[in-house]
Amino acid sequence: MGRERIFNAGILLALLLVPLIAWKMDEPFLITLATKVTILALAGVGLNIALGLGGLVSLGHAAFFGIGGYAMGILASHAQNYEPLFSWPFLFEGSNQMPLIWLVAVVASAAAALVIGALSLRTSGVYFIMITLAFGQMLYYFTISWSAYGGEDGLSIWVRNEMPGVNTLDPIQFFAVTFVILCLTLWSAARVAQSAFGLALSAARQSEERVETVGLAPFKLRLMAFVISGAITGLAGALFADLNRFVSPTMLSWHTSGEIMIFVILGGVGRLYGPVVGAAVYILLEHFLGGISEYWQIFLGLLLLGMVLFARGGLIGALLGREVAHD
Amino acid sequence: MSLILILEQVLNGLQFGVMLFLMAAGLTLVFGVMGLINLAHGALYMVGAFAAAAVAGWTGSFVLALMASLAAAAAAGALVEVTVIRRLYDRDHLDQVLATFALILIFSEGTRWLFGSFPLFLDVPSYLSGPVMLPGGIQYPLYRLAMIAIGLVVGAGLFWLIARTRIGVQIRAGEADREMIAALGVDISKLYTLVFALGAALAGLAGALVGAIQSVQVGMGEPVLILAFVVIVIGGIGSIKGALVGALLVGLTDTLGGVFLPRLFALMMEPENAASLGASLASMLIYILMAAVLLVRPSGLFGGSA
Repeated sequence: MGRERIFNAGILLALLLVPLIAWKMDEPFLITLATKVTILALAGVGLNIALGLGGLVSLGHAAFFGIGGYAMGILASHAQNYEPLFSWPFLFEGSNQMPLIWLVAVVASAAAALVIGALSLRTSGVYFIMITLAFGQMLYYFTISWSAYGGEDGLSIWVRNEMPGVNTLDPIQFFAVTFVILCLTLWSAARVAQSAFGLALSAARQSEERVETVGLAPFKLRLMAFVISGAITGLAGALFADLNRFVSPTMLSWHTSGEIMIFVILGGVGRLYGPVVGAAVYILLEHFLGGISEYWQIFLGLLLLGMVLFARGGLIGALLGREVAHD
Repeated sequence: MSLILILEQVLNGLQFGVMLFLMAAGLTLVFGVMGLINLAHGALYMVGAFAAAAVAGWTGSFVLALMASLAAAAAAGALVEVTVIRRLYDRDHLDQVLATFALILIFSEGTRWLFGSFPLFLDVPSYLSGPVMLPGGIQYPLYRLAMIAIGLVVGAGLFWLIARTRIGVQIRAGEADREMIAALGVDISKLYTLVFALGAALAGLAGALVGAIQSVQVGMGEPVLILAFVVIVIGGIGSIKGALVGALLVGLTDTLGGVFLPRLFALMMEPENAASLGASLASMLIYILMAAVLLVRPSGLFGGSA
């Protein structure tokens, strides 16, 4: 366990140092790249709770990512256009305050995860994969035809939303906000994994019958995990939309679900810091391979294929050996 | 809303459903026999469409184009099965999802590299273009009618293959107990390659047929792939009969919902709201159908205990 802890600290430190150095050298693009890694890692940490801890292969997490994004888009667009979002039971004109947007994003994506999870978790295995995929697509097509909020073109926000005490327009300050959220989430995720709930969830992944025999309900555990997972991914979606000041149906497409899953797998399933490593490697690949060849996704595909076929513990597993895998 | 319009839309739904069946049949066979979830099935659909467009461009023959789609998709399927897929049979579903997702990336970008980003066009041959008069005074495009016919004939052939031939017996036996038929001396890996190539060929044929009424472009297989997933989830994974029923159900629901929901809402509210609400609800209709089926039967209409 020791080596992995040092490795994790190093990863986090690198994620912090790169933008700081970039800030000193006045390279705002690098800071934005690091912010992107941080936010996508957060989305991956969310998925990892369902996937790594609960063994729930959800191919529909883009839905929660997108719901978070649209929560930001809808609130902020009403605020910027001075159009009330609703006038009953009280007048609400939307908001450009990040904490409120995050709250709405988390609540909305958790609610969606509750409904989707309650339906999907009636099934398991391949059915579960396909059903989460289908629900994701359902919301994707819904946003495409939702003309009130831009339909296929998406929604642009002119100015990044505000946060008390922070100048979010400054790249390094916005990075700091996302970095703090990622650290808090990683810490909470570690606590969850070691809590009674997390242990029971892990046990339900390894042997459903045994968990039932001791009187726990796997369905409830999994639903809880799915909701937590969706909520974190939704928060990441709100931040991602704020980073780009843009939200569109692409955030909900199943390629996004696949990418979030790739972050988790590249790093190593069930590893706390797997998504951080995975997102960082993915963004670096996209940036550097994308610079070499327009068709960089061929290399990404080959890498992923090689990873799945030959290095099953992900990058962290390949570097550190399989010391945490107990099942 | 005349009866003719309704009948026309029912035919459209039927045509869509039959194409979905060609896609879903391969997917459900591969899952039923090998226990593999194959996201790259949509890529094989795309390979079929591109092969058909390329061959039609060189030779001008639509029949040759269709044959090329079958051959190219089957060859691509067999190649992928031998190099990648067969390593995945013993893996869990997560590995299968990732590896086949990786295959999609490779296929899509590879096709873009070969053919460029612009869509290709595959023309309907002259002897199949134009409308035809159906009994009851309905004018309907001949090509779409031909699609329904081809789909039904291929479907019937598939049922015959599974139910009546020696290969079909082996496929069904493979679904029931793969160790046993391997022990009985059937070359199981050859059988797997064959089943995979067969499914791929059906997908490729569907891609070529649909490619003639839509454009042939990279990524065209993915929306269809996801609809095919909905189909086999509704029908029950592994069941060909379920795939047929599910495909027709999804095809009809999607087509009829898209046309009639906005009109239905127009009876109740302003036309502008009705159009947008109807359109958004129609796009979600098949997923609502799927959720409803799953509430009643979690393993699909014709699925065993999954």
